[in-house]
Amino acid sequence: MSEQLNFEVPTMAEMIAKGEEPEILFWVGCAGSYDERAQKTTRDICKILHYVGIKYAVLGTEESCTGDPAKRAGNEFLFQMQAMTNIEVLNGYNIKKIVTGCPHCFNTIKNEYPGLGGSYEVIHHTQLIQDLINDGKLKAEGGESFKGKKITYHDPCYLGRGNDVYEAPRKALEVLDAQLVEMKRCKSNGLCCGAGGAQMFKEPEKGNKDINIERIEEALETQPQVIAASCPFCMTMLSDGVKMKDQDQNVQVLDIAEITARANGL
Amino acid sequence: MVLQILFIAITLAAVALFSYNLKKVIRNIRIGKAADRTDQPQKRFMTMVKVALGQTKMFFRPVPAFLHLIVYAGFVIINIEVLEIMIDGIFGTHRIFGGLGPIYNFLIGSFEILALGVWLGCAVFLIRRNVLKLKRFSGVEMKGWPKSDANYILITEILLMTAFLLMNAADAKLQAMGASHYTVAGSFPVSQYLMNLLPNSEGALIAIERGCWWFHIIGILAFLNYLPYSKHFHILFAFPNTYFSNLEPKGEFSNMQSVTNEVKAMLDPSFSPPEAEPGRFGAKDVNDLSWVNLMNAYTCTECGRCTSVCPANITGKLLSPRKIMMDTRDRLEEVGKNIDKTGNGFEDGKSLIDSYISREEIWACTSCNACTEACPINIDPLAIITELRRFAVMEESQAPASINAMLGNIENNGAPWKYSPTDRLNWAKKS
Repeated sequence: MSEQLNFEVPTMAEMIAKGEEPEILFWVGCAGSYDERAQKTTRDICKILHYVGIKYAVLGTEESCTGDPAKRAGNEFLFQMQAMTNIEVLNGYNIKKIVTGCPHCFNTIKNEYPGLGGSYEVIHHTQLIQDLINDGKLKAEGGESFKGKKITYHDPCYLGRGNDVYEAPRKALEVLDAQLVEMKRCKSNGLCCGAGGAQMFKEPEKGNKDINIERIEEALETQPQVIAASCPFCMTMLSDGVKMKDQDQNVQVLDIAEITARANGL
Repeated sequence: MVLQILFIAITLAAVALFSYNLKKVIRNIRIGKAADRTDQPQKRFMTMVKVALGQTKMFFRPVPAFLHLIVYAGFVIINIEVLEIMIDGIFGTHRIFGGLGPIYNFLIGSFEILALGVWLGCAVFLIRRNVLKLKRFSGVEMKGWPKSDANYILITEILLMTAFLLMNAADAKLQAMGASHYTVAGSFPVSQYLMNLLPNSEGALIAIERGCWWFHIIGILAFLNYLPYSKHFHILFAFPNTYFSNLEPKGEFSNMQSVTNEVKAMLDPSFSPPEAEPGRFGAKDVNDLSWVNLMNAYTCTECGRCTSVCPANITGKLLSPRKIMMDTRDRLEEVGKNIDKTGNGFEDGKSLIDSYISREEIWACTSCNACTEACPINIDPLAIITELRRFAVMEESQAPASINAMLGNIENNGAPWKYSPTDRLNWAKKS
């Protein structure tokens, strides 16, 4: 359970130099690369990949923003510049399959890159975890027990409504034998954390409440021990909300990847 | 004979007026930019059948869905009766389908039960709006005309159903009295209870029966012509609107082809872009939006399901997706009137952005797609918000300062924050 990794994370450049090809490229994303809280999730995704023995690689310093926040903010130029540059790198490495640590990267690469010349099989890390559980490669053994713990899951908009992925993250929680409680607004009716559409990078407009507070109040109504997230931006918003409500001693906000890594003692 | 001619004249005039107004609406929608929504016809057809005809998205809220279903079924099925009214009106016959015997009795009986259902449904709707004052029906955009519009529609439907039932009650009484011209036909499971309220004289009954008959049919024709001015247009537009709805994942935003060409030319000097079509990036006014956006605006029936799930609106921000649609329609109508008057509608110094939709509204959106998910007929307010943002950012460089900072960071560092690209793999450092 140490914070740091005890293995090397292979980059594409190193792999190609060795004449090897990865099964899957792990697209880390900007938050996963730079945000301290999200970095933990990133390392846990690597631990999972390493543990199950999937041959993977990251782009490292060759990775750049997918352009998602630029596109949602209305700067299509900047988005397409980013997209085409990234596609050039990805196609140059002959990438076929990508797993992302962020629903925004997932949505952008999966849906918006094909029209610009970048077609890949793209999955979100919760879908990878679901597949590994289905194949029996991941269980919930050998680590922290979540048995009987009350967990509520917050659907990120770009994974849920945006791409109809509702079951994979729940599947990852079901194996924990925990007590899953749904919020009133969940799945296709889920309430946004307040970060999407480039809101993450600006102050909210004038109103009577912040969106993440509205959401966290609903989450706390379920009296959870863990609020599960699967998006680095939701993670920030939910964690801030829990702190604002002075509940950070009682309620943990954890990514599905972190929960999975902990349950498996990684 | 005079009455038959009068009937035919009124009907033709009503149909002509409606066609004239409908043509104008279609002309207005065509002001929009081209968008291809002709792929996957089978999937489109099934979407229309499921969402518009089957009303599947209504059932997330079962109570209004049930009431709406009754009113909708009543509206569609009772219109079979209008066919008979038309034939009777033209040829001066009375209950021409009466010869069908038991089938006719069954039909009229069903219409009566439905009519009562519609009556009650509309009454409950009026109570929800005016007595219970449900939050969904309020909001800044719901003052004045939109509020009256909703009430006029419900009151008209109640009046039409009342006339239909009173007409049947008088008819049944006349049939029982053996009045000439009133052949015995139909069954009256609802209106039989109204018979006692009516006078007994044959003359008075005929006056009531004829009065209600004329009121019913003129009412329907008037209602038809009310549609182009009303939110109630959805009864027609729900069908093309769902047929042409977005079939791609909701998270996907369209890639702008005009930008693709310019970016390709920038990255590859040997690439020569095709002749660019004139126009601006994003939307300043309704003519910059696509025809699908504009059809969406005419289709919106202002139910407010979008606004009631919008995280920005819930937390007290100015943004209301319903207002986005209503503003788009209002502006389009204004542009249409300008075209009628001057032949060129865009020279009035106004635009959709600023004159109708404020910057504060468009920047409050989280692009969460709750509005598009909630719309029972697949209207997409987010697409319009995105086009307005594109205009603000790409044509005017007018975004909130923090957004500009974020865009600058992506441009310079390849990340929305001010971190060095060389530090991108620091998270993987071993202990």
